[in-house]
Amino acid sequence: MSLSVRVIPCLDVDAGRVVKGINFKELRDAGDPVELARTYDAEGADELTFLDISASHEGRATTLEIVSATAEQVFIPLTVGGGIRSVDDVDRMLRAGADKIAVNTAAIHRPELVAEIADRFGNQVLVLSVDARRVPAGAEHRTDSGFEVTTHGGRKSAGLDAIAWAVRAAELGAGEILLNAMDADGTTAGFDLELIRAVRREVTIPVIASGGAGAVEHFPPAVEAGADAVLAATVFHFGTLRIADVKRSLSDAGYPVR
Amino acid sequence: MVVLDYGSGNLRSAVRAVERAGATVTLTSDLDLAMEADGLLVPGVGAYAACMKGLRAIRGERVISRRLAGGRPVLGICVGMQILFERGIEHGVETEGCGEWPGVVERLQAPIVPHMGWNTVDVPEGSRLFAGIEDERFYFVHSYGVRDWTLVTNDRTPASLQPRVVWAEHGGDRFVAAAENGPLSATQFHPEKSGDAGAVLLKNWVSSLV
Repeated sequence: MSLSVRVIPCLDVDAGRVVKGINFKELRDAGDPVELARTYDAEGADELTFLDISASHEGRATTLEIVSATAEQVFIPLTVGGGIRSVDDVDRMLRAGADKIAVNTAAIHRPELVAEIADRFGNQVLVLSVDARRVPAGAEHRTDSGFEVTTHGGRKSAGLDAIAWAVRAAELGAGEILLNAMDADGTTAGFDLELIRAVRREVTIPVIASGGAGAVEHFPPAVEAGADAVLAATVFHFGTLRIADVKRSLSDAGYPVR
Repeated sequence: MVVLDYGSGNLRSAVRAVERAGATVTLTSDLDLAMEADGLLVPGVGAYAACMKGLRAIRGERVISRRLAGGRPVLGICVGMQILFERGIEHGVETEGCGEWPGVVERLQAPIVPHMGWNTVDVPEGSRLFAGIEDERFYFVHSYGVRDWTLVTNDRTPASLQPRVVWAEHGGDRFVAAAENGPLSATQFHPEKSGDAGAVLLKNWVSSLV
């Protein structure tokens, strides 16, 4: 008996439509989120993640409707992230039917937000999303771990050590770390195993590995490196990989799957 | 049936999931409705102390106890299961629970906490709740649990009425995943988030309601 490795498709949602860009720079349309959520559920997804990338209020309101519609039809856990800035934002998403909330930039600007959300709703609702990369060669700053936190889709350094930030967020009450490897994202060359190992060594909350998946054989090494769950977007949306194939690959490597 | 609304978490999923299981559902904090319903579902997420506070604010603990005294079914889910026990200890703070079952809710002793994801469960023979889904995985998300089941039952109690305790294990720690004890049933995991297996469990419960 043990926990299975969770395989999580991520849907980037902009004003009600699913999009996913290569390195977040170019966006491509991949369909209706509710329809995709139903499909992924049927294919054996263990959870779903919606990342709201809408820039406008109207866009965000649409996301709330999509969260409701999905929660009405899909009976697996649903995480929603993107634009969450306050306890009230979290409350609205949970009421709409989300089970977990991912926070990213707002927590960097105001770390107390992590504690506020955890105190009100419990650690289990709070996923800290970290966009991490190696400090670029030639940068004026450095970090102890060599990894740093970025904002703006990986374009700006937040001036924080990524590993230290994950540790601090866990102490403040995050229930899980969604680790987005910006160096690997969009490359389809495999997960950033070094980054996963570095975070796993320091935190005792679950770690979701994200960024870089391009083939089924990329998944078992991420789990070997310490990931409790694996997340991918593009490869699932465009049918490059099927969830069942990823699970078979994990199972063949000796990891339990649902 | 009634899903008890005492200000705790994502109730919409719970309501939709039991509707899908064939029940006519009212989401309410009205105690008369909660008392009269064929079945009462007590959800719960977040901190033990906050849940107990919310439950007491609507006198929900009295409805649970009165229903059980009359043999009327109650199903607790997640923290809604935990608050059925005597007390919970979170961050060193002890909170009195409903005391329907003896036992303490305490922090899981595992390398990675919360226990989050799909786990298998160890189902004893004769379980009605798990009929047909004994080998399935269910979705857990919790940092605290009941690690000792201490309810003493009379030897003369017929086998069919003996409590059924379902266990799960995470990182070497063992805890109660579910329990069935006469009219009182509870799951530590979230059947409403456990896909088809969870749907069967809820259907098993709903179809046992008169």
